[in-house]
Amino acid sequence: MVKLEIKNANAWFGHAHVLKNATLDVEEHEILSVIGPSNSGKTTFLRMLNRLNDLNPNYKMEGTVNLDGGNINRIGVELLRKKIGMVFALPLPLPLSIFENVAYGVRMHGTRDKNKIENVVEEALKQGYLWDEVKDRLGESAFKLSGGQQQRLCIARTLAVEPDVILFDEPCSGLDPISTAKVEDAMVKLKEKYTIVLVTNNVKQAARVGDRTAFFLSGELIEIDSTDKMFTVPKDKRTDGYIRGKFG
Amino acid sequence: MNMRKLKEFIIEKLILLSGLASIFFVILIFLFLMKEGLALFNTIKVSAFLLGKSWYPISEPPLLGILPLILGSLLVTAGATVISIPIGVGAAIYIAEIAPGALKEILKGGIELLAAIPSVVLGFVGMVTLVPLVKNVFHLPTGLTALSGSIMLAFMAMPTIVSIAEDALYSIPKNYKEGALALGATHWQAIHRVMLPAASSGILAAIMLGIGRVIGETMAVMMITGNAAVIPQSILVPVRTLTATVAAEMGEAVVGSEHYFALFAIGIVLFIISFIINVTADLFLHKRQ
Amino acid sequence: MMRNPHRTQRIAFFLLLTATLLIVVPVGYILLVIIQKGLPAISWQFIFDIPRHGMKAGGIFPAIVGTIYLVSGAIAFALPIGLLGAVYLSEYSRDNILTRIIKLAIVNLSGVPSVVYGLFGLALFVVFFKFGASILSGSLTLGIMILPIIITTSREALESVPQSFREVSLSLGASKWQTIRNIVLPNAVPGILTGTILGLGRAAGETAPILFTVAAFYLPQLPGSIFDQAMALPYHLYVISTQVPNVDEKIRYGTAFVLLALVLFMNLVAIIIRYRFRKRKKW
Repeated sequence: MVKLEIKNANAWFGHAHVLKNATLDVEEHEILSVIGPSNSGKTTFLRMLNRLNDLNPNYKMEGTVNLDGGNINRIGVELLRKKIGMVFALPLPLPLSIFENVAYGVRMHGTRDKNKIENVVEEALKQGYLWDEVKDRLGESAFKLSGGQQQRLCIARTLAVEPDVILFDEPCSGLDPISTAKVEDAMVKLKEKYTIVLVTNNVKQAARVGDRTAFFLSGELIEIDSTDKMFTVPKDKRTDGYIRGKFG
Repeated sequence: MNMRKLKEFIIEKLILLSGLASIFFVILIFLFLMKEGLALFNTIKVSAFLLGKSWYPISEPPLLGILPLILGSLLVTAGATVISIPIGVGAAIYIAEIAPGALKEILKGGIELLAAIPSVVLGFVGMVTLVPLVKNVFHLPTGLTALSGSIMLAFMAMPTIVSIAEDALYSIPKNYKEGALALGATHWQAIHRVMLPAASSGILAAIMLGIGRVIGETMAVMMITGNAAVIPQSILVPVRTLTATVAAEMGEAVVGSEHYFALFAIGIVLFIISFIINVTADLFLHKRQ
Repeated sequence: MMRNPHRTQRIAFFLLLTATLLIVVPVGYILLVIIQKGLPAISWQFIFDIPRHGMKAGGIFPAIVGTIYLVSGAIAFALPIGLLGAVYLSEYSRDNILTRIIKLAIVNLSGVPSVVYGLFGLALFVVFFKFGASILSGSLTLGIMILPIIITTSREALESVPQSFREVSLSLGASKWQTIRNIVLPNAVPGILTGTILGLGRAAGETAPILFTVAAFYLPQLPGSIFDQAMALPYHLYVISTQVPNVDEKIRYGTAFVLLALVLFMNLVAIIIRYRFRKRKKW
């Protein structure tokens, strides 16, 4: 089933045309890896999906993006972002306690019931594989956690608002190999419940976790295919070149 | 959920209104000065007001020429400017470029402290220390003179000049100075050949805002310049400034009298002067970026 | 003859140091004089008694109370408007003409001479709104005067909150106002507090804006409502140093000391808050 449907999407920052006529679908319960060198438009593509690009006053977009068949511009931006969560490149805890970081989104969506919030927080931390490490110090500042723990906290925080889709924006770029492996494990388990779009600079990571892979270059979608095919018999020479590390 | 949306809608409108409040108040100030001040010109010509040589507001009929007051303000301001520019800019250079870490913080603290002292306290200290000093040094009948006012006001302009000029120096890219030093210039040569020209528009803005502070200053100047509304012949005689005139006489002026209107007309003059100074200084500050 | 650049440098640096000392030494001298001559005047009675014998004896209690009332009123008016105005500039405004005009207006507002604020307060609050010379008129006048200080410092505090916090909050589906209310404002509180206290200090020390809007020459009892006139410390200092002959020096210095102590104490608190905040900053 198609979860996200992107049709002829174009995006500009000022005069720079950063996303050119992208058309692709994201299937439910898949991990779609998005790869490409820097400035290829992949982060713009990702932030277009939850309309975070809108924060930039110079941003302009044309084309359509549908979530479950409904245009994302008509859902209401807060509900859209509740449904499409995001994990950023760097671990970005809010300046709150561990507990409050996870509870934040839930509270913002109107939940007041203390027991319910506690349950959601515990469940989310378990899904983010962090519960055992932090259950005795939920009141501590989130900044006291290690980088890898912080990133899993950010994942748990995203899960707590019960999204359908999770966007990962190079989530392991600041992490060591062990923390990276933990985050990747989490992603693979999460796809049972969620749809995942993973933007990554790391081609090997895309190969490890992606069901399908999309390759962007200079704002253009060059190729999208199952990860196996893409990494063995790419259709486009440029894809081949990038995967083999000839540029980027 | 809908209650929340409504609440947020109202709050965001309040935020917008508050954002516009500054514009609103500037216009309101100008309008109310005009409302009370323009009535004067039904009876007196603008030129007679600005260039009239006599200010006798309670004679019959009142003489309402503010030339002596303008000259008083100019004299005191000119004196204060001459004193405060070299000292203020010099101190800014010293603090920004030369003073080592701890000393720098102490000096900055001292100058912030000066900015915090209320002008009436400075006026009081000026009365008991500076005024007798000026009297004795120059053998004058009174120490309440334009010079005393200039010195005191120079002092009050300095925090403004120092902090803005220091910012201007500080915001020059480091490689300017390093480039000069790499060519074998001494630190001082780098400062006065490279840094000062590069920071010139910011320093100019600092000086203008300092002057603005001086022209608008009221209490200290009223307490130590002697308040004689005559055209000053020297810097060693008592003078009266525009601000001091308003402050000293508004209490006695009858609402709706010509005297009352005239004091508001002085307010218009002061408002326009400060407006011009601030807009120009702001242009200089933006040019820098 | 060749000039020796190093000697020139020594002379130049010496002159610059002299300039700096010409500012800082007098500041120290002023503080010293006021403390030395003002401190002995301070007593329980001086602080808590009303002025007596035509202000030549007694205390300054009504002036202290009047100043506290005025400052509280000014901040009650200026803080909400100033804070929301800062929120507008930091969170909502775009880089356009309107924003430029607002910033220019703030610059102008902070440059308007204090006595012109007095005239404005007289024309608008005392005469037009018929509040009379009253605490209300004086507070509103002072409030508008300190508005630029509050806006500028609050805005700096808001803008120093990292943009990434806002993005995270919004990405979780929080609304813009929720983000401001729950993330931006709480993390800007120390900066806002600093600005507020600096504004308080400024309002407490100003004389010219209250001359015709509230200040009473001599009022032996405390004000009963916001429509009453009140004495105020800075005006009282002005009155006893220039308008009333033969006031004991001790009373003048004592008043100056109390006013200065009040203003500097507020500045000190602001500096401490700023300093502790910088040390504790988490990001």
